[in-house]
This record gives sequence, C-alpha cells and structure tokens, in this order.
Amino acid sequence: MEILLFGIINSVTLSLTALGFTLVYSISRLPNFAHGALYVTSGYIVWLCVNTLGLNYLLGIVVGIVATAIIGALMYRLIILRIRGMQISEIIATYAIGLAIIEGLRWGGLRGSTFTLPSFLAGSIEIGGIAVDNQRLFVLGSGVAVFAALGLFVKFTKTGLALKAIAQDERAAMMLGIDSDRKALVSFALGSGLSAFAAVLILPLGSIVVETGYNVLIYSIAVSIIGGLGSWGGAIVASFLIGFAQILTEVFLSTQYQMVISLLAIIVTLLLKPSGIFGKQKELDDRV
Amino acid sequence: MGGRVSILTVEGLDKTFGGLKALSGVSFSVKKGEILGVIGPNGSGKTTLINCITGFVRPDEGKVLFRGGDITRWRAHRIARVGVARTFQVMRPFYSLPAYKNLIIPLWSPRARREGGWRGGGKHGDRDTVAIDILEEIGFERDSRVPYKLASTLPTGYLKRLELARCLALRPEVIFCDEVFSGLSASEVASMLPLIEKLKMGGITLVLIEHRLRELFKVADRVMALQFGEKIAEGHYKDVIEDARVKEAYLGIEEI
Amino acid sequence: MSDGRDRKERIDRGIKVRSDGLYAVSSLREMLYLSGPRILLIAGLLLLPLLLDPFPYWRRVINILCVYALLAIAFDFLANCVGLVCLGGSMFIGLGGYFAAVFNVHLHLPVYLSIPAAALAGAVVSTLLILPCLSLRGVYFAIVTLMYPLLFTRVIEAFDLLGGSNGITGLDSFPGSYLENYSILLILLAVLFGLRRVLNADLGLVMHAVKDNDQSVRASGIDVVGIKALAVFIASFIGCLGGAYLAHVYMWAGLSLFALDFSIIPIAAVTIGGGGVLFGAVVGSLILVPLSEFLRFFGTFRIVLYCTVLTAFIVFKSEGLMPYCTRKYQQFERWADA
Repeated sequence: MEILLFGIINSVTLSLTALGFTLVYSISRLPNFAHGALYVTSGYIVWLCVNTLGLNYLLGIVVGIVATAIIGALMYRLIILRIRGMQISEIIATYAIGLAIIEGLRWGGLRGSTFTLPSFLAGSIEIGGIAVDNQRLFVLGSGVAVFAALGLFVKFTKTGLALKAIAQDERAAMMLGIDSDRKALVSFALGSGLSAFAAVLILPLGSIVVETGYNVLIYSIAVSIIGGLGSWGGAIVASFLIGFAQILTEVFLSTQYQMVISLLAIIVTLLLKPSGIFGKQKELDDRV
Repeated sequence: MGGRVSILTVEGLDKTFGGLKALSGVSFSVKKGEILGVIGPNGSGKTTLINCITGFVRPDEGKVLFRGGDITRWRAHRIARVGVARTFQVMRPFYSLPAYKNLIIPLWSPRARREGGWRGGGKHGDRDTVAIDILEEIGFERDSRVPYKLASTLPTGYLKRLELARCLALRPEVIFCDEVFSGLSASEVASMLPLIEKLKMGGITLVLIEHRLRELFKVADRVMALQFGEKIAEGHYKDVIEDARVKEAYLGIEEI
Repeated sequence: MSDGRDRKERIDRGIKVRSDGLYAVSSLREMLYLSGPRILLIAGLLLLPLLLDPFPYWRRVINILCVYALLAIAFDFLANCVGLVCLGGSMFIGLGGYFAAVFNVHLHLPVYLSIPAAALAGAVVSTLLILPCLSLRGVYFAIVTLMYPLLFTRVIEAFDLLGGSNGITGLDSFPGSYLENYSILLILLAVLFGLRRVLNADLGLVMHAVKDNDQSVRASGIDVVGIKALAVFIASFIGCLGGAYLAHVYMWAGLSLFALDFSIIPIAAVTIGGGGVLFGAVVGSLILVPLSEFLRFFGTFRIVLYCTVLTAFIVFKSEGLMPYCTRKYQQFERWADA
C-alpha cells in the first residue's frame, strides 16, 4: 500500500518534471538539454526573491515561474532561432547553455544544502495508516490539475490546438498557416514555465542543489525516450513506469540504484523498441 | 516478350501511412530483361511502391521475391547488394565534388567490388578509372572533361544520368527509375531514350515510374497503371491507355 | 554603373597559385609555403617538452593537452565527418583509464602493453554500448553519449566496483618524464596525420556521404550502420588511448576520469578551432588547455566561460580559427566594383 501511494506520488512528480522537456521536443523537435538547468534556476530565483529580496513567498513563486519562462523564451529567440535546422549546432548549443547555467549557479554560490524552500502545507495526514506529508499530496493534486489544465488548453484554445497540431504533424500544421517558429517560441516559454512550476512544487521537499539539474535532465530524457520522443501520453505512462521502478528499488535495494535503473531502462528501450512505448514517430528519418 | 522468366515478383503489397492507404494489394511480375513502365496520377502510390520493394519503407503486408528469393522487409542496403538498385526522384548528389567522385561511394560498396572484379582496397587509381568509364558509358563526354566537372555545375540532364550511373556502379540486375524524365526538356528526354535502350541491351531489367507517357511508351515493353494504391491495368501500353479505369484516373472522364 | 566599391572578393594569393601543382617542387619558397605550417606544427609540438624543461608543471600540462587534443580530434571526426555529436567524451577517458588500471594492476601487463590493450578493450565496449542507437536519428546518439559517463559514475559508486569512490591505485608510471611527454606527442601526431589520410581516402568520402545523404549511401549497397559503427570504434579507440595514458600519468584510475571537463572542452576546442579538418581540434586544444590551467582557481567558472564562448561561436556561425587562418594564408581580400 505504501508502495502504491508513494509510487503514484513519485510518478506524478516525475511526469511534472519531464513535461516541459516533452512539450518542447514534441513541438520544436529540439531536445532541450538546458531543461534541468532551467529547473534549478527557477528554484534559485524563488529562493533569492524570498530570502534576499524579502518578497512574499507566493509572489516569489510567481516571479520565479515567469522569470524562467522568459529565460526560456529568450534562449529560443536569441540563440536557437539563429541556428534552427542545423541539428548538430542545436544540440551542442542547448547542451552548452544548460551546462553554463548549472555550473554558473554552482560557481555563483549554490553550494551546500542550505538552500531550501519552505513547504506550502506543513504537517501530514494519514492515508491507510501511512503518514504522507501534505506537500507531497499537494504535488500530486497539482500535477493532476496541471495535466487537466493542459488537456483543456490543448483542446479548447487556439494556441493550444496549434501546438497539438504541430506536435502531430509539423508540415501539415504549417500548411494550415500555423507559424511553427512562433509556436516553438511559445512552447519553449511554456516548457520552461512548466519546469519552473514543477520545481517550486517539488523543491520544498528537499533542498536546492545543483546536481538536481543533471538529475532532472536525465530523468526527463529517460521518460521521453521510454515513452517515445514527442509523445505526451507516452511520457506520462513512462513516468509511471519509472516512478514505480524507483520506489521499488528504494524499498528493495537502495536509493543509489535509482538512477542506474533509469539509465538501464533507456538502454533496454533502445534495444527493444527504440521509438518508445507510444512512439508514433518513425525513429528513423523517412526522407525518401 | 513471351517466354521470359520473372526476375522480380511482388505479391499483395500493402502499406498504410497514418490514415492513408498508400498501397493496396499490389501484385505484379517483372520479366527479366524487359522495360516495365509504371504510370498513375499523383498520389497513386508509385514512389511508395519503389520504397517498399527496395527496402526504404517496410510494407505492412505482402511479399517481394527477387530471383525466387524472398527479399521482403530486407534493409535497403542489402537489397541494393543483391542487385536491385533504384534512383531517387529528388536527387542529392555531392555538389561540392566532381561528378566522377560521386561514384566513389557506390563503387566502394561490397557489391561493386565483387562484381567489378578489381581489388577494392582504397587505391584511388582503380576506382577513379572505373568511375570515369561508367560516366562515359552513360554519356558524359570524356574529351570535354565533363566527368571532372563539379556536380554543382551540371545541368539537370547530366544529373539524372549521374543518378543512373550511381546505380550502374553496382552492376545491378534491376533498376527502379523514379521519374528520370521529370524536369527535362523534350530534347533532353529524347537523348535519354537511347541510353535506356542501351541499358536494356546490356541485360538490365528496368522499371520506369513515369509521368511523361509519350516518351515512356517509346521504350516500355509493358506498362502497369496504379491509382489510389491499387493496380488498375497491366499490359501493352496501347491496351492500358484504352482501359476505362485508366482513362478515368487520368482524365476523370467516364467511358460512355 | 558601379555605386562604389562595395563587393569583397577573395583571390588566391600568388604564392598559393604557384604552389598548386607539380611545379611547386621547383622552388624552395613554394615548398616552404606548402609544408611550412605542417612543419611548424610538428616541430613546435616536438620541441615543446624541451622548451618547457625549466617549468616541470607546464611540461605535465603538455600531457594533459595531448589527451584533450585526442578527444577533440575524436569529436571533430564524429561530428563533422560522420554527423554524430558525442556529448560524453569523458566516457572514453573513463573506460580507457579503468581498463588500463585493470590490465596493469590486476593483470600485470606492462605500461606499453596495457595502454594499447585498454584502448582496444575500451573501443570494443564503447562501440557495443553505442550500437543500439546508431540506426536511430542523430539526437539519440547525443542523448546516449551524454548518459553513459553519468551511468558509469553512478554504477561504480553504487556497486562499489573497481575501487568505488577511491578508484584503483598503483598503476605503473612511465619510466622517465620525457618518455611520458614524447609518447603522447607521437601518438597525437600519428593519430592526427593518420586519420587525415583515412579521411582523404575513399572511406572518408563514404563517411561524409553518410553524414550528408545517407539514403543515397544505402541505395548504393553500403551498410550505413556499419560505417557509423566503424567511425565510433575509431573515435573511441582514440579517446580510450588518451584515457589509458592519463591513468598511467596519474598512476590512478578514479571517478574523476569521467569528469565533465573531458566532455565539454573537446567540444569547445573544435568549435573555436574550426571543425572538419582535425587541425582545428588541435589548435583549439592548444588554446583552451593552457587557458584552463590559468583559470584553475576560478573553479567551475571555467566551464561557464567555455560554454558561453562556444555558444557565441555557434550563434555567430563562426567558421573557427583554423579555417579563418587557412583562408588568410591562401587568399587575400580586396574591395572591388560590384
């Protein structure tokens, strides 16, 4: 029972963090290697707002999310747009930016475990005899809410529909007059904002460390590959798979193996079904 | 034409892309040494047909037999290695290289080394000479140094020939030509026809996917027509163009 | 008709034209023009240990520099000649280093055997591990190479393999510090010129073709996955060679062999030095590694700096130092009428 509960919570947490990455990839075909960096940055910004600028926590959160979204959009506009289409350059650039941000934060003072964000809801409640802290439940609830909101966004708003269209078939969408560059910008902003949102929810559960940046990146990539690069549904399913696998390893083996399991899962996926679970994408380029 | 053995047989080929059924139960045979034309309006599945046969796309159902052996779902390079070559409608030669250097790649392949009978090994001299010879066979005038010109300076007609040369380097038994006549002027096409005949006389079986019907009918022994992924007619070109369904497919006019 | 001299044209320098072709042999000047740069590079590198003799610290830097140069060459080869972006060069250093440690400490192979053996073993393992993603889109290669160094670090730590966090100690060092310097310098030169020869031969052409137009290559009966695997094998051999050497220099193989530096500096070196010709990789390393030493006390700010400069180079589509210098060397510019 405990496994089930924490498994679900972990999976939703994972899918929240991976969501931004999947979103960006599905729309702009760009693996955003700076994803983890943005995650950590947002947490740091919130911390700065609250601790150094003395802002109200809620305000700090809003600033953090908005600022990260802006950073993501700027990243796209200033850097990526100029090298669009040159795959080698795109990959190196996002990787370099991500690295610069993470290591920059490390150098700029984000060291040690003294950077924490307070939880929103203190205390815990009992479910089926197991104590679960309210923060985690809040994460669970928010996660579900975010997915629902996204689902509605994509179904009922013009921008959302456009994004979904591009994710399905970029060329067809362009033929319908959807400006994919514009929408890619939106997706970057949205993706960054989402990772910021995930960060502010999840970081209170631990402390803000720079390593999280790398970990988040790896998990997001793992989730995306296993679920199928570009598939939203696949990402959710994959995060449940990995989420439960992580909890099981934690319970039966030890926490250290968690990352190993995820990475091995990637290799296994590549060997067996490279396009991932829901990979409707041809994993090869069909350019004939 | 009668009595020729089938070199390539296709049985019940099916392919669906997303919601679109590109090929539906296509079956036909190609006889050794003949020129088979494949015609059909845009979207009839001609290019998908080539892709499925030559291994660039996996068919959902069906079989492809070459010389009696099953080559269905083989990878593209394996199929090329047994002797089934193809051209690409959208050519992408190496523009920054001279024409003959473009042939180094196919000449490097195991099949070319085997069939060509010279020791592969990376010696420039061997491959370069063979490349120039092939280009000469295919109409690049050696005295005008055409083979040495950069591919970026060559007109379309020559590029089409270069594409064919790429196939020839493999000494194939069958070549699938995806719209070799497209983009050429009438006189350029006229000069391609003897080349096609020459290839046939060299023993190569050709399957020509074409839009330019008049020119195609000058060289094709038999013709097959596709529409919406289905084979709708097959036979001598005179019979095929009289076929009601073919007329309707091309002109949308019902036979009275 | 002309509205001012507003078009730049580039014309080959006289001496370049004169040295193209067989007649170059007839003049000493032309021969020097042609072989000058190369001789400069070779002589410069070979003289370096001697010149730096009074500065033992910097002589040791030569060793590190050569290892980075090897990695940069491997990256350049993979990215610009075959089209595969390797984001995890440290994987090769780590594999090579640990294999060397095992061969030398546990299997008692002498230094001059353990290094090539480790390179070979490392190359085989790397190729096998990367193989599954070679038939997929390019982005998978980048992701997988990014992951492996991290995977290895976590696995070694978690399972406490191969010495765990402490690593394997007790490797033999080189008999003599000059041998240390010159062995790697010679390896570097051999790899540099050897790989260039391969790239200029037909195999190189096929690899470029795989990068630009792999459908055509498939249609020509060549197994593209096989070619990519060969390229990965070559690159990983080079990288693992560097790693094995490094382990012997440090006399220790540990987790730091999988450090981020080994992944990012080669990328920066190639971007700054210019890709595609392999010389740029070496030039880039010659700039970045000493710089890295100067910036040592800035800590991880170094990485921030490299990444920023790297991104700037990419964004402004700079061709890199080597191509720029080559152009200047071979051509001059002047304004002409439009």
